[in-house]
Amino acid sequence: MTPGEAFPPPPATEVTMKQLLAGNEAIARAALEAGVRVAAAYPGTPSTEILETIATYPGIFAEWAPNEKVALEVALGAAMAGARALAAMKHVGLNVAADPLLTASYTGTAAGLVVISADDPGMHSSQNEQDNRHYARLAKIPMLEPADSQECLDFTRQAFEISERFDTPVLVRTTTRINHGKSPVTLGEPVTPPAPAFRRDLPKYVMVPAHARRRHAVVEQRALALREFSETTPLNRIEWGDRSLGIITSGVSYQYVKEAAPQASVLKLGFTWPLPPQLIRSFAQEVKRLVVVEELDPYLEEQVAALGFTVEGKSLFPILGELEPSQVAAALAGRQPPPPPELPELPGRPPVLCPGCSHRACFHVFKKLKLIAMGDIGCYTLSVLPPLAAIDSCVCMGASVGGAHGVSKALGPTARVIGVLGDSTFVHSGITPLIDMVYNQGTATVVILDNGTTAMTGRQDHPATGRTIRGEPTTRLDLEQLCRAVGVKDVQVVDPGDVPAFEAAMASAVERQEPSVVIARHPCLLLTRERGQPLVVDAAACVECGQCFQIGCPAIGVTEGRRRPQPVISAELCTGCRLCAYVCAKDAIGEKSGE
Amino acid sequence: MSDIQNIMLVGVGGQGIILASEVLSEALLLSGHDVKKSEIHGMAQRGGSVRTDVRFGARVWSPLIPAGGADILVAFEQLESLRYLAQLRPGGQVLLSTEVIIPTTAIGGPPYPAHVEDLLRTRASQVWALDSLALATQAGNPRTAGTCLLGALSHLLPVAEEHWQGAFKAKMPPRFLDVNWQAFHLGKHACA
Repeated sequence: MTPGEAFPPPPATEVTMKQLLAGNEAIARAALEAGVRVAAAYPGTPSTEILETIATYPGIFAEWAPNEKVALEVALGAAMAGARALAAMKHVGLNVAADPLLTASYTGTAAGLVVISADDPGMHSSQNEQDNRHYARLAKIPMLEPADSQECLDFTRQAFEISERFDTPVLVRTTTRINHGKSPVTLGEPVTPPAPAFRRDLPKYVMVPAHARRRHAVVEQRALALREFSETTPLNRIEWGDRSLGIITSGVSYQYVKEAAPQASVLKLGFTWPLPPQLIRSFAQEVKRLVVVEELDPYLEEQVAALGFTVEGKSLFPILGELEPSQVAAALAGRQPPPPPELPELPGRPPVLCPGCSHRACFHVFKKLKLIAMGDIGCYTLSVLPPLAAIDSCVCMGASVGGAHGVSKALGPTARVIGVLGDSTFVHSGITPLIDMVYNQGTATVVILDNGTTAMTGRQDHPATGRTIRGEPTTRLDLEQLCRAVGVKDVQVVDPGDVPAFEAAMASAVERQEPSVVIARHPCLLLTRERGQPLVVDAAACVECGQCFQIGCPAIGVTEGRRRPQPVISAELCTGCRLCAYVCAKDAIGEKSGE
Repeated sequence: MSDIQNIMLVGVGGQGIILASEVLSEALLLSGHDVKKSEIHGMAQRGGSVRTDVRFGARVWSPLIPAGGADILVAFEQLESLRYLAQLRPGGQVLLSTEVIIPTTAIGGPPYPAHVEDLLRTRASQVWALDSLALATQAGNPRTAGTCLLGALSHLLPVAEEHWQGAFKAKMPPRFLDVNWQAFHLGKHACA
């Protein structure tokens, strides 16, 4: 093999001591360098690695909170007590934490408080693609948008200084390509902040109406001061180039602009609430054509237009999904992208439940019993895909429980409806609606798929695992005791690996005219790496009915049969869970004979 | 854009693409290049189709390879090479593992494509096919198939052997170093 073409030699510059870091790792490093003492989060793609990385620094108290609201309240309390603090979450997590955020804007803090919002344009692993820049405007708190890993480090450090200087929480808004993009970073030196101390300040921290009215005035004064800051901070800068085209941009879109239009003049905004009207005017007046390049909502565009300028933005770029450089180049030039190569139609390859996942048996049973299954956020969302297609809704964390209660109230007590969610999701937001169901005499069944971890985001601990973020033992939340304590009389714990027992438990639970809980307990195989003997198909006994294909197991492949496709089981992927053997009516699947 | 080189690694979640891209990026960084990499975590990794972009050069802006701009497509699986063929620039090169993983959706849906290499050649100037799974097994661990592909890829990249070694040491647990180094060289020699 010879190189197909000559690649340029490495540049002659000396190798610096830079490290390739993901944005999330750089944000964690910023927490270390800024002297953060308390950091809290609930896992959520694309934010999860921030706290996972912080947890590797022994000097910082790091925790998985049950949900994002609690995480922010913990960080706020720490900051009120004079310790620099950070809370990290995915975009939809900030909805959960919006309640403390909007009033933390009024209280301010004693030490720096930084909230990371990791948005997911394109919805790589999310249920919506909301644009969280609106939260900065809503809460009237400053917002920074880093454009690479170095800026993740530098901006997050500065965010703590801004927080203390202006007595406000600061939002650092990132997107998937920033969080999970890696680029070289030069590390800084950690600072040692002053020792924490709690100073009573009732008018500032006790938000009763009389105090809050005065604090609202402070918030508005602060917004004016922040706008002045926005005009002069180097976080916002003009890169003059050819003045026939001027582009206003922020975050990862800046990188696409630099690649797509290297000659253009660029106003790069790193500090995006409040925006700097004078700086924008001085830029807009100097360029012939003014364009805003941003993903999702016309957040910048509308504010630039409100200053009275003619600006192009969403007329060129979609409001849906992510951008990428060639799309930006084509839109600026008014070109259509080139047509893709002609290929045969390809089979899709969506993500699937892992081979041997205990959730698969559960959804098989729900389908068999023809239940209305209100779903939730977690791996089990994957059961919506054919052939399982076994959940009927997925909205937000915990919505399965309240949703199931609502369906049963709409259809009446004989409706066979369940709310199905994971153990971590139940702790996050499933407990309060379960209390509601008991209190308001509901009849639905809640199924907690308890695999002992937060699997989808990469196996994080939570209160019911009995281990902290650092894997240290702690008091374990007992899910069955909890359910009984809120008043559920019928609480069953079953291993769905025993399919008949699980099916019997489900059948009895859905018949009850009162709230019931089934805890389907089987550890996540990604955690235990548990493997039984792989199964094989007896080709002669197989009648090619296709039942085993209906469980959607990736270990079951397809081969040519006598008349129809026949299953073939991958010895590498099969974990020996036996669900396929269970659904096979002809006993054509089993352990290899003689073993 | 021309001084930036774009390598796209594609395959099936769980095949070790993120580790391979980690080693590759580190080796390029050690060689003195500006490097950016983009990948997706979370839901996309549950056995689904995955893509990781690695870009290097004097100054890299976007972490994403522009659509249709990949210079080299490294495919860990045959079907996935076709899924991302539109991302290869016309005349680019494909490094293809001959491994086949039939997706469950192939039952009742479009068939798994035949003649993958011929289809690749409609756009690629070169297609280097490699039985990376067999080579990895020969090296002593089938999970080193991605490392075999890196060995083959090393022919196309301006990275000295010492920087590959440095990247291996930085990104792999010590007990897996030997088997991976073996796999790297088997992949490299298979394409010599």
